[in-house]
Amino acid sequence: MMLTTKSTRGLLLGAAALCSLAGSAFAAESLNIYTTREPGLIKPVLDEFTKETGIKVNTIFINNGLEERIRTEGENSPADVILTVDIGRLQAAKDYGVTQPVESETLEKVIPAAYRDPEGHWFGIALRARVVYASKDRVKQDKITYEELADPKWKGKICIRSGQALYNVSLFAAAIAHMGEAKAEEWLKGLKANLAKKPSGGDREQAKDILAGVCDIGIGNTYYVSLMRNGNNEEQKKWGEAINVILPTFEGGGTHVNVSGLALAKHAPNKANAVKFMEFMVSDDSQRIHAEANSEYPVKAGIPIHPTVASFGELTADNVPIAEIAKLRKKASEMVDKVGFDQ
Amino acid sequence: MKATAEAQSLFRVAPWRGVKRIPWWISAAVAAVGLLVLMPIATLIGIAAEGDAEIWPHLIRNVLPTSIVDTLALLGGIALVAGSMGITSAWLVTAHRFPGRGVLVWLLPLPLAVPTYITAYIYVEIFDSAGLVQMALRNFMGWQSRADYWFPEIRSLYGCILVMSAVLYPYVYIAARAMFLTQSASMLEVARVLGVSRLKLFRVIALPLARPALAVGLSLALLEALNDIGASEYLGVRTLTVSVYNTWLNRGSLPGAAQIACVMLALVVALILIERHGRRDRRYATSAKRSRVVHPAPLSGGRAIVATVLCAIPVFLGFVLPIGFLAREILRGSLFSQFDGEFLEHLLTTIGLSVAATLAVLALAALLVSAARMSKSSLTRSALFVAGLGYTVPGTVLALGLMTPLVKIDGLIGRLWNSFTGERLGLLLMGTAGGIIIAYVLRFLSIATGSLSAGLDRVSPSLEDAARTLGASRREMVWRIQIPLMRPALASAALLIFVDCLKELPATLLLRPLNTETLATQVYTYAARGRFEDGSLAALVIVLISLLPVIQLVRSAEARPKVADTSSAS
Repeated sequence: MMLTTKSTRGLLLGAAALCSLAGSAFAAESLNIYTTREPGLIKPVLDEFTKETGIKVNTIFINNGLEERIRTEGENSPADVILTVDIGRLQAAKDYGVTQPVESETLEKVIPAAYRDPEGHWFGIALRARVVYASKDRVKQDKITYEELADPKWKGKICIRSGQALYNVSLFAAAIAHMGEAKAEEWLKGLKANLAKKPSGGDREQAKDILAGVCDIGIGNTYYVSLMRNGNNEEQKKWGEAINVILPTFEGGGTHVNVSGLALAKHAPNKANAVKFMEFMVSDDSQRIHAEANSEYPVKAGIPIHPTVASFGELTADNVPIAEIAKLRKKASEMVDKVGFDQ
Repeated sequence: MKATAEAQSLFRVAPWRGVKRIPWWISAAVAAVGLLVLMPIATLIGIAAEGDAEIWPHLIRNVLPTSIVDTLALLGGIALVAGSMGITSAWLVTAHRFPGRGVLVWLLPLPLAVPTYITAYIYVEIFDSAGLVQMALRNFMGWQSRADYWFPEIRSLYGCILVMSAVLYPYVYIAARAMFLTQSASMLEVARVLGVSRLKLFRVIALPLARPALAVGLSLALLEALNDIGASEYLGVRTLTVSVYNTWLNRGSLPGAAQIACVMLALVVALILIERHGRRDRRYATSAKRSRVVHPAPLSGGRAIVATVLCAIPVFLGFVLPIGFLAREILRGSLFSQFDGEFLEHLLTTIGLSVAATLAVLALAALLVSAARMSKSSLTRSALFVAGLGYTVPGTVLALGLMTPLVKIDGLIGRLWNSFTGERLGLLLMGTAGGIIIAYVLRFLSIATGSLSAGLDRVSPSLEDAARTLGASRREMVWRIQIPLMRPALASAALLIFVDCLKELPATLLLRPLNTETLATQVYTYAARGRFEDGSLAALVIVLISLLPVIQLVRSAEARPKVADTSSAS
C-alpha cells in the first residue's frame, strides 16, 4: 500500500515533467534538432542562435537509429534539422529519404563545393582530419603517409579503434578511392598485421595506450587531441600531452578529412526557422564559437582555427570528394570483416 | 527476485477448474496484450523479408564464424564464472555459518543494481593499460612501459566475461539460494548424519538440486549478456548483436540486420522451448507446503576464512569496486554541483517513466495470469508464452520494431480525430512518454507474468472451489481471492520491473521525446563524449535508487528463514 501511494506521487510528478517538456516542444517559434552529436558539444552555438533570433531550440540526441526514427515518423515528424558527423551519416540521411534539398545562396557561397551535397541535401559546417597520434618519446619522424602505416617497420606498434567505427570506415573508403580495391585490401591487411592489440575503445583510448606504452602510434581525429589537452580532466591531459599529431597524407593526395554537417528534414514543420538556423551555422560568429568549443576546422575561410589544432601544422585536405568516399563505405566496411580487422 | 520468480514458475500451472469459459471481453483483452508484444516482432520479420539474401554470403564467409565463436565463448564463460560464483556463494551462505555470513547474505544480491554498461566503463578505467591499477603497479615497481610487464587485458573476451559475470551472477545466486532454502533441509541432514563430507555434499546434493535454479538464473543472465551492446562493444568483443549493428549502420542494411536478429530470436526461442520440454515432467513443488529450512553448519578456522573470501569476491567485484569508483569520481570532480534543477528533472522523468511502466506491466500481467488461471484455453496459454518474448529481443531491435506500429496507431487516431474535428493531430505515441512506456512494458512483461504465475500456482485451487461453492461471482473471485493472494508476488515483481526500467538504455534512447533525458541516457551522453567519469553522479544515482527495491526484496526473501532459524533453535 505504501508502495502504491509513493508510486502514484512519482507518476504524477513524472507525468507533469513530461507534459511540460512536450508542451515546450510545440511553442510558436521553435526549431527541433535531431542530433547524433552530444548536445553539450553544440550548446554554445544553440544558445547564441536563440539569443539572436528568439527561436527556441529543442534537441534530441540519438546515435544509432536517428534516420530510422525520422523516416518512421513520416510526415508527422517534428524533426526540422538533422545534425550529424561523418559523411557516412549525412549520406545515409539522404539515402534514407529523410532530407530535402535547400537552396541557399549563403550556404553555397560559404561552403566549398567539396563539402556539401551537389543536390543540396546536406552541408558540411566543420571539418576534422583523421591523423596519426605519435608518441613524443618514441617516434622521431614528423611526416608519414597513410600507406606507410602498413609498413612492417611498425609491426606491433599501432593502436586503433574498431575497424567498423564510423571514422575508420570512412578512412578505409578513402584508401579504396586512392589505391583501388585490391591494393587497399593489401594495405588494410598490412595495417592489421601492425596492430599492437585488438581494436577497441574510442580515439582517446589510443592516446592513453600510447602513454601507457602499449603502442607508439595511434589513429584518431584531430579534435580529440585538443579536447584532451584543454579539458578539465587531469588524466586525459596526460594522454593528450604524451603524443604529437602528424598529419598523414595519401601518396599523391592529402590528409583524409571528414565533415560534421547538417541537413533539412524532409517534413520539417518549421522550415523557415530551420533554414535560418542552417545559415546561422555558417555565420562568422557561430563558426568561431563552434571552432573554439569543438576544435574542428571551420568550413568558412578566414575563421581562426583553434590554437591547439593549428599547432598540428597546415592541413592539406585530400582531393577525393567526400561524396565519393560515401559511396565506397559499404565496400570498406565489408573489407574490414574480410581481413578480420577486429579479430 | 526475477530469478526466483522464474524458478517458481517452473511449478506447473494448476489451473483452477471452476470456470470453463471466460467472458469475451477478457479474451479480447488477453489477445490484445499478446498482439501488442507480437507487434514489434512481426514488424521485425517484415523488415527482414524486405531485403534479399544479398548480405549472407559475406556474413557467412567473413562475419559469422568469428561472431558465433565469440558469442558462444562469451556466453560459455559467463555461464561458468557467473554460475560458479552464484551457486558457490548461495550454497556457502545457506548451508554454513562463517564470519561475515550475516552481512554477505545482504550484500550478495546487490550487484543486480549495477548496469553492465556502467560496469564495463568502470573496469576499463580501473584495469586498463593507463588505468589506476596498472599505473600504481608501475610507480611501485619502477616499470617504464606496458612492454616491461604482463598484465591481463581488460578490453578482451576474458575481460568482458569478468565484467558481465560480476554483475549478472546475482540472477543465479538468488535462484539458487531460494532453491537451497526451500528444498534441501531433510536431504542435507540425512547426508550429514551419514557422515558425507562437505565437498561431497555440495557435489552430490547441492549441485543436482540447484540445476533448475541454475537453468533459470543463467538463462536470464545469458539473455542479458546476449542482448548487451554497450559493454561488449566497448570491450572489443564482436558478438552477434554487434554484427547486427554493423550490418545496419555501416552497410546501411536494416533488412540484413533484421534478418540476423530474427535468426538470433529463433535460436533463443528454440532454446527456451527445448529447456521447457526437458523439464516438462519434473516437479519441484515442495514449496506448496513450506518445508523445514536448512540449519547452517558452523565452519571454523581456515575453512571459515575460505568461505568468507569466496563470498566476498563477487560482492567486491560487482558492487564495492563499481560503487567505490563512482564515489571517488564524484568526490574528485566535485560532481555534486551537477545536482541542479536539470538533474532533478531527469531524475523525475526517470522515476515517472519507470513507475508508469511498472504499473502498466502489473495490470497487464495480472490480467494474463488471472485469465490463464481461470481458463486453460490455447489463447491464454499462448498469450502467456508470447509475453515472454519481449525479454529475448535486444532493446534497440525491439525499439526499432516498435516504431512503425506506434506511428501506424498514431496515424489511425490522427485520421479519426481529423474526420471528427478537422484538426491535425501530431504523434501521440511515437516520440512521447507513451511510446517509451509501451517499450518498457513489452520488454519486461515476462518478469511480472513469471512472478505472478509462480505466486498464484502455490495457491491451492481448492480455495477458489470453496469460494465458488459459496456463491462468489467471477469478479469477486478475482478481486477478493486472486488479487489479494497475488499481492506478495505483485510487490516483488513491481520492484524488479522498476529497477529494470530505471536502468533501461537502448529503447529509451531511441524513443524518447525532444529535450527529455533519463539518468541512463545522461550517463550514455557523457560516455559518448568520451567523458564517462562526468556521468558518475547519474550512474551512482541509478545504482542507489535501484538498491532500495533490491534491499526490499532481500528483506522479504530473508525474513522467512530468520523466523525459521529462531524456531528451530528454540
